[in-house]
Amino acid sequence: MTFSGENLACLRGERIVFQNLGFELDSGGMLLLLGANGSGKSTLLRLCAGFLRPFAGRLLYDGVGITGRMAEHRGRICYAGHLDALKAVFTVSENLLFWARLSGGDENRLEEALDLFGLGPLADMPARFLSAGQRRRANLARLAMSRAPLWLLDEPTTALDQASCTRLFDLMERHRHAGGMIMAATHQKIESAGSTVLSLDDFAPVEEVF
Amino acid sequence: MTVFWAVVRRDLLLAFRQGGGAGMAVAFFVVTVTLFPLGVGPEPNVLARIGSGVVWVSALLAALLSLDRLFQADLEDGGLDLLALSPEPLEIIVLAKCLAHWLSTGLPLILVAPLLGLLMGMSSAGIGGLVLAMLLGTPALSLIGAVGAALTTGVRRGGVLLSLLVLPLYIPVLIFGVSAVEAAATGLTARPHLLILAAMSLFTTVLAPLAAAAAVRLSME
Repeated sequence: MTFSGENLACLRGERIVFQNLGFELDSGGMLLLLGANGSGKSTLLRLCAGFLRPFAGRLLYDGVGITGRMAEHRGRICYAGHLDALKAVFTVSENLLFWARLSGGDENRLEEALDLFGLGPLADMPARFLSAGQRRRANLARLAMSRAPLWLLDEPTTALDQASCTRLFDLMERHRHAGGMIMAATHQKIESAGSTVLSLDDFAPVEEVF
Repeated sequence: MTVFWAVVRRDLLLAFRQGGGAGMAVAFFVVTVTLFPLGVGPEPNVLARIGSGVVWVSALLAALLSLDRLFQADLEDGGLDLLALSPEPLEIIVLAKCLAHWLSTGLPLILVAPLLGLLMGMSSAGIGGLVLAMLLGTPALSLIGAVGAALTTGVRRGGVLLSLLVLPLYIPVLIFGVSAVEAAATGLTARPHLLILAAMSLFTTVLAPLAAAAAVRLSME
């Protein structure tokens, strides 16, 4: 299982965010996306999820381009973005169960996912009463129920306390041991053996001087 | 298919728990229709003459009420990304959302329509025609509306723009809806009008999800 990008360039609002970007991710690998604000970390993740199309270059999964195979590609992804995707009037478990059903996750792992992020006591609480950190944990608990091999995480540690960060890193390690792949945009350096760092600042377009 | 029903169930539950869905549309429908006897005067002949038109126009407006939240709410909480990432095609999910919208908005309107028909002094044959015409025609309202809702997703104050986009497209439904009621009330056969309404609903069932899904994808770029 491999996921790679070749020569990627992305255009947002007539501005090149990054260009000539390439990466390679193998089974069990983790790619940490670092870079200043606006360097295109989120954009790259959204590109990999197929929300955006690359301006140039291509994305390959197992050596096969993902363009035109989006249905297949969507099934391989678990995406956690900036927003927590929780419905305020649904309880935490209702929210989680819905997303698991929608993305073909394992609904039987609900208990496990809740416990993992210390959400057990909050399981029947409507999401509107959760704090920012609890909402983030509820969103990340989706990962524990997902069967997707490729996780795309956009600053997953935002609003998390130290204990929850550790739990998240454990979960990510387990996913990698099981052969999964992770791409994570982060400001906080995640110490993990065998992870590669991709600094997006290196692919910023060269300023043209007139 | 499980995904389809999961989305229908979720949107229905949301409409029910947030309270903005069915109750609001029905209340709006009732209030709008009630304004006409007050405005036009209680002359039974006049009311019976304009009744079918008034009920249909009010139904169109009531159906519009909750449409602007159809995708906007999911966009704002990030759920739209996850809906679009489902292995199931986005078109199916859009269709499920349309069905949920119709069940939570269209169907309650149909249930109170006979009452409003009575209020407007329509004959029983006319009311029968009205219910049938609404049953066949209102699905098209939800489906056409979904295209407008998808196009205005992410647009500030998209609700007004949505009305401007969608109301002109509702005109065929309005014309054949009203003529079905008139035909039934005057003892003619309403069949051709009803068939055209059904055709419009079927036509939009096929095309609207394709268009709306394309517009939703655009809004996420």
